[in-house]
Amino acid sequence: MTSTVTPDGRTIGDVLLEVKNITLRFGGVEAIKNISFDVREGEIRAIIGPNGAGKSSMLNVINGFYHPQEGEIFFHGRKRNAMKPSQIARQGIARTFQNIALFKGMNTLDNIMTGCFTHMKTSLLEQAIWWGRAEREEYVYREKVEHIIDFLEIQAIRKTPVGALPYGLQKRVELARALAAEPKLLLLDEPMAGMNVEEKEDMCRFILDVNAEFGTTTVLIEHDMGVVMDISDRVVVLDYGRKIGDGVPDEVRSNQEVIDAYLGVAHD
Amino acid sequence: MYYREAGDFKTSYRKDQQNFPIRFDRVHFWTMMVLAFAVIPFFINDYWANAVFVPFLIYAIATLGLNILTGYCGQVSLGSAGFMAVGAYASYKLMTSFPDLNFFVIVVLSGAITALVGTAFGLPSLRIKGFYLAVATLAAQFFLVWLFNKVPWFYNNSASGQISVPRRDMFGIAITGPEASAATKYLVCLAIVFVLGFIARNLTRGRIGRSWMAIRDMDFAAEIIGVDPLRAKLSAFAISSFFIGIAGSLFFTIYLGAVEVGEAFGIERSFLILFMVIIGGLGSIYGSFAGAAFLVLMPVLLKNALVGGLGWPSDVAAHLEFMIMGALIIFFLIVEPHGLARLWAVTKQKLRLWPFPY
Ligand SMILES: Nc1ncnc2c1ncn2[C@@H]1O[C@H](COP(=O)(O)OP(=O)(O)OP(=O)(O)O)[C@@H](O)[C@H]1O
Ligand SMILES: [Mg+2]
Repeated sequence: MTSTVTPDGRTIGDVLLEVKNITLRFGGVEAIKNISFDVREGEIRAIIGPNGAGKSSMLNVINGFYHPQEGEIFFHGRKRNAMKPSQIARQGIARTFQNIALFKGMNTLDNIMTGCFTHMKTSLLEQAIWWGRAEREEYVYREKVEHIIDFLEIQAIRKTPVGALPYGLQKRVELARALAAEPKLLLLDEPMAGMNVEEKEDMCRFILDVNAEFGTTTVLIEHDMGVVMDISDRVVVLDYGRKIGDGVPDEVRSNQEVIDAYLGVAHD
Repeated sequence: MYYREAGDFKTSYRKDQQNFPIRFDRVHFWTMMVLAFAVIPFFINDYWANAVFVPFLIYAIATLGLNILTGYCGQVSLGSAGFMAVGAYASYKLMTSFPDLNFFVIVVLSGAITALVGTAFGLPSLRIKGFYLAVATLAAQFFLVWLFNKVPWFYNNSASGQISVPRRDMFGIAITGPEASAATKYLVCLAIVFVLGFIARNLTRGRIGRSWMAIRDMDFAAEIIGVDPLRAKLSAFAISSFFIGIAGSLFFTIYLGAVEVGEAFGIERSFLILFMVIIGGLGSIYGSFAGAAFLVLMPVLLKNALVGGLGWPSDVAAHLEFMIMGALIIFFLIVEPHGLARLWAVTKQKLRLWPFPY
């Protein structure tokens, strides 16, 4: 056991996810070049980098949308074979998308309830009769979902069709849906993009609270450096598909290559 | 009577998720059921049964089935009539091979057989979507009609190539064949519709229904939540075909009595069911009933008005009927693509504020 305790009192445990020498190509384009890093239990791990650096592609590799040509992925210490995204979801990995991917034909509540899918067990026949187990199960998960709804402060929009919600709230509902899966590992692709300062603060608070309350390990892609430095335990920096930095925020901030490639660009 | 949800607070999740959360709707629904089960049977005659009630009930089943596939799971199908034919021929083969089998068992088995066939024809949906899937199901439609025409085994080598339903009794009352009374036919269909409506409602409100809708709305997001597209789509095809197969079985055994496959289950019928789904409202149980009622009643009303009321020759009226139906369908597609279900929802919204709209 190699657990450490952060300054704010959270425990960070063993390695939960390890990606090793991942290379991902699209035709001739190498989107990810021989990248390795690990994510430890309970930590908030940020991935940063300029546009097109390969951040989203990395998440797509982790949750099984893309299959890398080279490299290995270890989850809970076991090597993971090529799997479908739905199987990976069942192992306890949930995510949100850079461009909101909610179910537009459903309301907020149903969107979040859908997040419970992997945990719900009743068969088609039981569902058809809606007697006993199917009904009970629905209410058990409804209660859990209501807890998440309270947690993310979206009670008022429970029955609103998600298409009618403003952007910031849609992002929040998407987070709620991911949380409903009670994931071991939560992948967030730019959860604060396009938000105003107040919404960003709320979202930061939610991410920190989720991590503190449920101990959810979180991998977070974010462009706002202030946010990243504030809330993450360790940061991976990508640039043109390569890894150019990895460490605690202070380390990364003072890494010359990172300053040149990323922060340098930002301050041009 | 006021249409209100004020004062109707939900004190438990069970109450919040019940079928008709608003008291008015609940009362309304059960009044309808009492009428349907306990009043109409005493007044129904052959004309009303054959022209309105029996076809309405059977189309309601088919529309529910297609709505599960297209409205809830987002998979377009033009093969509904072909699958109805499967249900009809399954019933015929079962009835003639096992004369002692209970009629309801035959109906359910016919649905199950159609579910298997439908699932097999649903396999392409794993690879192709939208327009291309529609074309694939169209191929299924033509193939199935061709098959039932071509292979004499399906119609027991009868000289006419037709199938006709043998008489079956239950509790000493004829339920199929020419001796079956209007009230019996109506009640048999009604009972089956009631059960299937209940099942459709249950399936679409729980875990499985949400997995269908997730696939419909955003398939990759459904996957990252753990929904396996293969299972979701194939289960939608199976359930949908089960419903449509039962509709086909009843269409043959109760409604028509004798069937020539190309006539009874041609492509026009597939389109008719699709129109019922669209006019009623995609992804709505209530809409399935509304759409079926609308398209069954409309021609009857038009005919009565034009031939009976205005004294037009019936062939002219028949042509006009087609035109009016076509115009109505186009009107709906343009003005209210979400169908009667949405119109009703909007009306309810207005009723809620009535009589003080501001
Ligand atoms: N499906 C795909 N097919 C072809 N190329 C792709 C595909 N997905 C990503 N790429 C390419 O891979 C590279 C990395 O893209 P990715 O979306 O991972 O970047 P990113 O770091 O998330 O950028 P952003 O900050 O803009 O979201 C880009 O050059 C992109 O064009
Ligand atoms: Mg990205």
